[in-house]
Amino acid sequence: MKTKQVLAASLALLLTGAIAACSGDDSGGGGGQDKPTNCTNTIPKPDAPVVTLWAWYPNTQLVVDNFNKAHDDVQVCWTNAGAGGDEYDKFQTAITAGKGAPDVVMLEADRIATFQIQKALVDLTDKGYQDVKANFSEGAWKDLSVGSGVYGAPIDGGPMGMIYRKDVFDKYKITPPTTWAEYETAAQKVKDAGGPLFGDFPANQPAYVTALLYQNGAQPFTYDPANKGEISIKLNDDASKKVLDYWAGLVKKGLVGKQDQFTPEYIAGVIGGKYGTYLSAAWAPGYLQGAGVGKGADAKVWATAPLPQWDPANPVSVNWGGSAFSVTSQAKDPALAAKVAFGVYADDASLKDGWENQIIFPLNLKVLKDPAFIDAKVGFFDGQQANKEVYVPAANAYKGMTYTPIGQYFYTAFTKQIAAINDGSKTGSEAADALQEDVVKYATEQGLTVK
Amino acid sequence: MTASTTGAVQTRKRRRRTNARQNLIGWLFVGPFGIVFLALLVLPICYALYLSLYQKTLMAGTTFAGFDNYLKAFDDPSFLKGVWFVIRFSLVLIPIQMIISLAIALILDEVTSRFARFSRLMIFLPYAIPTVIGALMWGFLYSRNFGPIADVFGAFGAAGPDLLSTNMIFYGLLNVVTWQWAGYYMIILYAALQGIDPTLYEAARIDGASRWQIIFRIKIRLLTPALVLILVFALIGTLQFFNEPKIIQQLAAGAIPDDFTPNMYAYQQAFTLANSNYSSTISFALGAVVFICVYVFMLATRKRGNFMS
Repeated sequence: MKTKQVLAASLALLLTGAIAACSGDDSGGGGGQDKPTNCTNTIPKPDAPVVTLWAWYPNTQLVVDNFNKAHDDVQVCWTNAGAGGDEYDKFQTAITAGKGAPDVVMLEADRIATFQIQKALVDLTDKGYQDVKANFSEGAWKDLSVGSGVYGAPIDGGPMGMIYRKDVFDKYKITPPTTWAEYETAAQKVKDAGGPLFGDFPANQPAYVTALLYQNGAQPFTYDPANKGEISIKLNDDASKKVLDYWAGLVKKGLVGKQDQFTPEYIAGVIGGKYGTYLSAAWAPGYLQGAGVGKGADAKVWATAPLPQWDPANPVSVNWGGSAFSVTSQAKDPALAAKVAFGVYADDASLKDGWENQIIFPLNLKVLKDPAFIDAKVGFFDGQQANKEVYVPAANAYKGMTYTPIGQYFYTAFTKQIAAINDGSKTGSEAADALQEDVVKYATEQGLTVK
Repeated sequence: MTASTTGAVQTRKRRRRTNARQNLIGWLFVGPFGIVFLALLVLPICYALYLSLYQKTLMAGTTFAGFDNYLKAFDDPSFLKGVWFVIRFSLVLIPIQMIISLAIALILDEVTSRFARFSRLMIFLPYAIPTVIGALMWGFLYSRNFGPIADVFGAFGAAGPDLLSTNMIFYGLLNVVTWQWAGYYMIILYAALQGIDPTLYEAARIDGASRWQIIFRIKIRLLTPALVLILVFALIGTLQFFNEPKIIQQLAAGAIPDDFTPNMYAYQQAFTLANSNYSSTISFALGAVVFICVYVFMLATRKRGNFMS
């Protein structure tokens, strides 16, 4: 009897101990440790101080290895925390928790203001920015700046162009349209003849639609932290309404798709010849090829041309996507982290690997002026000199955008309105008004003064 | 006399000591559960309640707000629309699920062959498939470019419905959830049916009851407790709808916005918009809605039960 009781009691104690041990083990965050052990890469020089990095590009392993080989005073420990939204959610959680963020994080330019306002990023103006300032264009820096501070080291950009199918254009006897009016006419002509759709209006890519608004001279946001929480929001001005009404018209006439992008469904449509054009950025060929486009029946049919314009006399270049390395305010040694941010993906070998395999469109002027890059014949475009004809001029003409500190909310709200345009429940103008109201309301709730 | 008194006192003392020791052992047995219960359920709930009383904004930081967040939640179109959606969804989904699972359970109870056993397993199988995989799979089956539904409609020269579009997503999700859960509810009902004493059927047959009369007058009557149980499970699960829409959102972001259901809205507030305070408020508000719905339902079925008996 007694033995049984003792046994039971000790078992209970043991269990309790085991559970307590489980719950006590929460010190695994990346930022809290002195020597991170969960790196994806192997660190060749274990004695040097280590900087942790989150990045998702497919050749990051090579890029990190290049950096670690070339540096004795610092080593990079890399983790892939997910691409885009997944990584931002994790980073956001780490910011809220106050620990667990890496020293250096890869961010798309349009997210920087969102994290900057939460004081999650370190200003790099006095941490090596001056030394590399001349390596990048003004537009590239403007994209990564909030007010007078610079919060990222540029990696790549997404100058936009119009990717199209030569075979479709030949068959229906059209030349690449240079204005949006011509674009619609061509789309109608192809549709009437039973041809494919002319592009797509995806609800899940608000950043792309925002770029289209910018192209017509819209300035959705003006924001400078120096003005103590003042922001101007103009999402329903005439320029924005004109663009959204134009696209709502294309949707209504059935000239464009209404499909979310970066989904198997969209890619299946592209491969299946459902789309005659793809308005996208310079990184698109890499993405499309990775997804299997241009390898079967649609090999050698793709070409690219400059994006159609609203006013051909004053062409405007816009950008979609592109990333930077930012130093987080949880970095143990911000100066060292800044060195990594500016140094990773900045060496010639890494950049060459990036652009040759079409993983990135580099922003480094060294590459943009390099004849090998400019004159490169792109395999996906059947040997077309895409950089020279389309993307380098677009990148050079790009002036940069001002992004909003409430970017996450803005994109969510915009997705809803694009969906409303697509299902026909709102016109472009109505969607713009609803978007303006929604975003202004949120900004006011967040304590921003809306001008 | 004296001796016996001392003896009684000692016995009482000993008994008290035994009681104390037994109590201690009892607590030790409850301990593991108690600690887990406190640490992983009670404490987080208290912490969430505490969080929900504060307000966090980008500019002003965190301030005490009292019940302002709750007032805001019950005036927030995103939250209210989400609640309305899950209620509508429950009203359509639960009857469909119950009828299907009840019908299958009754058929399987009638038929005893190897085929019946095989069917039972096959119908239960979807429940064994993880929700994430089930949702992804249906997302692909709904595809208009490579899904079989489009092919079937194509064979008749018609365009298949886009079950991932804004107007049709309700039915798309309805199908996924029914497919996933009907088998599980069927097993519960089937087990309850197997527990019914067969002599009842025999007696009914002797009294001249037909097969249908046995089903409606005996089987379904005796299944009522199991049906109520299923209903409560389904109601709570559906009001907390999250997994399926969150997964299918990857394929249909336009049709499933971030505030599609209250739970998704809470997730967005916490992990995308960095507002764990408002997220906690929404979770509690949803908890209140679930509580009210279940309470109303229990009240209704209790009355119904009285009426029936």
